[in-house]
Amino acid sequence: MAKVQSRQASARIGGFFFVLPSIIAIAIFVYGMIAYTFNISLTNRNSASVKEIKHVGFKNYIELFSDERFIHALGNLLKFTGVFLVGTLVSGFIMALLLEKGVAGEGLFRSFYLYPMAISFIAMGTVWRWLLNSSRDGDAGGLNLVLQKIGLGFLQNDWYLSPRGAMFAMAIPAIWQMSGYVMALFLAGFRGIPDDLREAARMDGASEFKIYRHVLFPQLSPTFLTVLIILGHISMKVFDLIIGISGKSYVTDVLAVYMWQVTFDITNFAKGASIAMIILLMVAVVVIPYLRHVNKTEQEN
Amino acid sequence: MSADIVDRVTHSTAPKKNRKKLSGVAQFWLIFRYISLTIILAMIILPIYVLVVNSFKGISGVYLNTAFELPKTLNFETWSAAWEWLAVPMGRTLFFVTQSSIISAMIGSINGYVLSKWRFAGSNAIFMLFLFGMFIPYQAIMIPLTQFNKAVGLTGSIYVLVLAHVVYGIPICTLIFRNYYASIPDEIIEAGRVDGASMVRIYRAIILPLSIPAFVVVLIWQFTSAWNDFLFAIFLTGGSPKLAVATTALNWLTGSSNQVYYGKNMTASLMASIPTLLVYMFLGRYFLRGLLSGSLKG
Repeated sequence: MAKVQSRQASARIGGFFFVLPSIIAIAIFVYGMIAYTFNISLTNRNSASVKEIKHVGFKNYIELFSDERFIHALGNLLKFTGVFLVGTLVSGFIMALLLEKGVAGEGLFRSFYLYPMAISFIAMGTVWRWLLNSSRDGDAGGLNLVLQKIGLGFLQNDWYLSPRGAMFAMAIPAIWQMSGYVMALFLAGFRGIPDDLREAARMDGASEFKIYRHVLFPQLSPTFLTVLIILGHISMKVFDLIIGISGKSYVTDVLAVYMWQVTFDITNFAKGASIAMIILLMVAVVVIPYLRHVNKTEQEN
Repeated sequence: MSADIVDRVTHSTAPKKNRKKLSGVAQFWLIFRYISLTIILAMIILPIYVLVVNSFKGISGVYLNTAFELPKTLNFETWSAAWEWLAVPMGRTLFFVTQSSIISAMIGSINGYVLSKWRFAGSNAIFMLFLFGMFIPYQAIMIPLTQFNKAVGLTGSIYVLVLAHVVYGIPICTLIFRNYYASIPDEIIEAGRVDGASMVRIYRAIILPLSIPAFVVVLIWQFTSAWNDFLFAIFLTGGSPKLAVATTALNWLTGSSNQVYYGKNMTASLMASIPTLLVYMFLGRYFLRGLLSGSLKG
């Protein structure tokens, strides 16, 4: 028996050694490099020609908040996030609600609703640029033409070229892509609710509406939280979608795109690093509490 | 343990209605649901429909105001033009994606095995630290990563992308395997142990043969995300045409200066999406599992 136990102990140490390469990789490439980026953000490496690199404290961060372009990109990102979150939540939830009881051909609907997740935005950008084209009336194509055809011609607009509405337009392809994913999460939520709950409420004479409102929806709040976190962190990082549709245009600038331009077009590493750290901070605020929550629930099981 | 998450998505738990006649109200709602589902379906299909129909209209036959119309004749001009542009980048993408997916899957399998069946002190904390790596914005590591690549002489090689996708794929691959192995009963491991089998032997003889579904999930997940990746590709291979992959080549083609070649752009976009679409069509269930793992729910 003692022999088996010492064997197990040594196996556990052995286990550690098998994971060690990954631990080292994550330590260097995730945490080490984040620390390195943070360090750059505190220096004066504001162009490739800086000879003497020295620390300047939080100067780069302070300057960002008086940088008109940064404020603009941050504002755009928040606008985008708002529309994207609400739009995707609502549409994904409705899709799940419609499918939840099961309909003939459900598999087909589900498969089609999820296919956008398998395509890159660089590819879909080509077609969205067309669909969100600003030509109107006689010249209209894309969504403006669709709006005319269904008698909503007055809603025609400039989409992502409109200075005020650009980020709302940008949220459309994002909602299109992610709704199916949200649907899948909510479907899993709905179908994880034991039938007895529904049956019991029905026995008590509750109407279908009341069953949803008072029995099913409250059970979905953990799913709701998950969806918010997932969409939130994806939104903070939005990059491909913007590049794929409008490139580096000013009206649709967001933090990730601005960081790319600052870092690689004008090689201002310190500023690029500062923007990156701000995106990281925004993601961390959303994700870390969620990870702790997941960890806690797992320990309890 | 609750039912498997993919099963929950794909199987209705609602009690089967006995085939009694539906009441008028119930009938109304059923019809309402089908109409709504079909309208949503049309909206979801619209973009890919536009790509498909316009890819057969030839180099100069594509116009904005007839974008929704079917082609009058099937013209394959743009397909050969797009192929000329994309064949090499797509081949290169396939080359690196295959390698990064296979390496990722092997690493994920070993990590997942240890972290689910041979936990050591602190293994849970390590796993959580791994998971955070899955959510970070890669901008936060991009500057040191390019410097690292330069220092080790990888700049200018397609292996910068293999490295990036393998390393930053560790969290999700570990997670998928760990969850999968958690569903294999500990008794199997225990039985092996009592028989005197070592950790490695149990892995090879018992765990690995059971792992095929998880390997499929991880392989297609890594394949799809690396194939569709633009961020690493644009940062790490820069503007080098010699290292163009599917997404960067496509972006150069469809970027603003090339707007005139609508037909070719549309076809190229469709062409670059075909590999991942095929994977989705034939292995959708595995793709869904990878997707749901990312939410830490399954």
